[in-house]
Amino acid sequence: MSNNNGQKLAGKVAVITGGSRGIGAAITKRLAADGATVAFTYAKDADAAASVVKEIEGRGGKAIAIQADAADAAAVKAAVEKAFGTFGRLDVLVNNAGTAIPKPFEEATLEEMDRVIDINIRGVFVATQAALKHMKSGGRIIMIGSAVGERVAAPGLVPYAGTKGAVKMFTQALAREIGNRGITVNNVQPGPIDTELNPASGDWAVPQKAATALNRYGNVEEIAAMVAFVAGPESSYTTGANLTVDGGMNA
Amino acid sequence: MNTKVVLITGALTGIGRATALAFAKEGARLIISGRRDEAGAKLVTELRELGAEAEYVRADVRIEEEVHNLVDQTIKRFGRIDVAVNNAGTEGKPGPLIDQTVETYATTFDTNVLGTFLGLKHELKLMIPQGAGSIINISSTLGQRTAPGASIYAASKHAVEGLTKTAALEAASANVRVNAVAPGPIDTGMLDRFTGSADKKAGLIAGVPLKRMGHPDEVAQTILFLASDKAPFITGQIFGIDGGKMA
Repeated sequence: MSNNNGQKLAGKVAVITGGSRGIGAAITKRLAADGATVAFTYAKDADAAASVVKEIEGRGGKAIAIQADAADAAAVKAAVEKAFGTFGRLDVLVNNAGTAIPKPFEEATLEEMDRVIDINIRGVFVATQAALKHMKSGGRIIMIGSAVGERVAAPGLVPYAGTKGAVKMFTQALAREIGNRGITVNNVQPGPIDTELNPASGDWAVPQKAATALNRYGNVEEIAAMVAFVAGPESSYTTGANLTVDGGMNA
Repeated sequence: MNTKVVLITGALTGIGRATALAFAKEGARLIISGRRDEAGAKLVTELRELGAEAEYVRADVRIEEEVHNLVDQTIKRFGRIDVAVNNAGTEGKPGPLIDQTVETYATTFDTNVLGTFLGLKHELKLMIPQGAGSIINISSTLGQRTAPGASIYAASKHAVEGLTKTAALEAASANVRVNAVAPGPIDTGMLDRFTGSADKKAGLIAGVPLKRMGHPDEVAQTILFLASDKAPFITGQIFGIDGGKMA
């Protein structure tokens, strides 16, 4: 492995939903680089998923990709079971799969609202319940919420922000309920991060960049680094926390 | 190897001491400060035994000349400051608000708020022209919520969070990040003094979802993370290390 500053996740198994691209792919690669065996889901793009697996294997890591739309409860459940069945344990779940359909609120349809809820909330419910069946003391549930789950600087995000606010309280309630099992539950909240879905250039990027104190978009590795920290042994007393990585947007 | 220059106030006990030891293990160069020269010299010896370059500078964070001197001495010794941990703090005199006095207020606010302000001021005056730096302040779970008997301490930690976020906004364009950690019940002398009795301490821990106290090193490791190049997009944030107390 190229990373020689300690394999902090050696021997651990991590499941990441939505791991084939963007923030999810960066998280998957980063947890693998830290020594975890990774299983990740993807909705459609089998080629992108295969290239993530190939990259991890090329560095001596272990990874599998499982097709599962985050809105399909049976598929998500089966994916978690497959990860556990293949690797025999489950230490970390990263609920990364998410979607946004940005548009003025009064133009949004109920079908779009349902889609956002199904992926951002219902998907989290299903994956988390499935993973907890197999998780022991020391386990980590990590949500990828959003900085807009706490404060919204731009229009067009009503359903998305609503679901990310829900993820925040889901995190806090679950952290309390399962704390006595020694499992932590935390919510990493990215601000504007440069991905295919939210590129750092273009009209839509201008107000987002300006809203950050650092006056720039973040990159996917900056989210992956926070997730790796929360997944690792050094964050053992942090649970129920909303950890915002947003260049100071919400400060 | 991490050869960053790290300044820590209130470094002689508890979380400050754990943070100094953790940075030393990473190979950082350290200036530690406090008000007890003998304990300072002893900690310097420990840090050097871990292979770190370290010096003790006596400083009372309530006195501006001493904070100024602390920063000057750091520059004189190492030429720069990459990380500052404004850790010096006091629990004051916990008890009902109606029993608090001008003196107990001043005792708590002078160290926790004035001390943090003076640290930020003199650190930022250096880091902003440097064009880089990371500052970590110490808040508390009482920086956002509170408890009976904690009026002045809680108010002081609420103030620390206000200072942290404002400093973050003012320093961001110079690529200087300012964050705070918010520890819950951590196994330190301060927690013993704050709770006052074993029963009260057990009651406090019973309300923590993880059902245990935190270890000072668990706070130190988060401070190391916030100070590191893994956290370049994180600023103006309050990072909880509280076993779920704030959930």
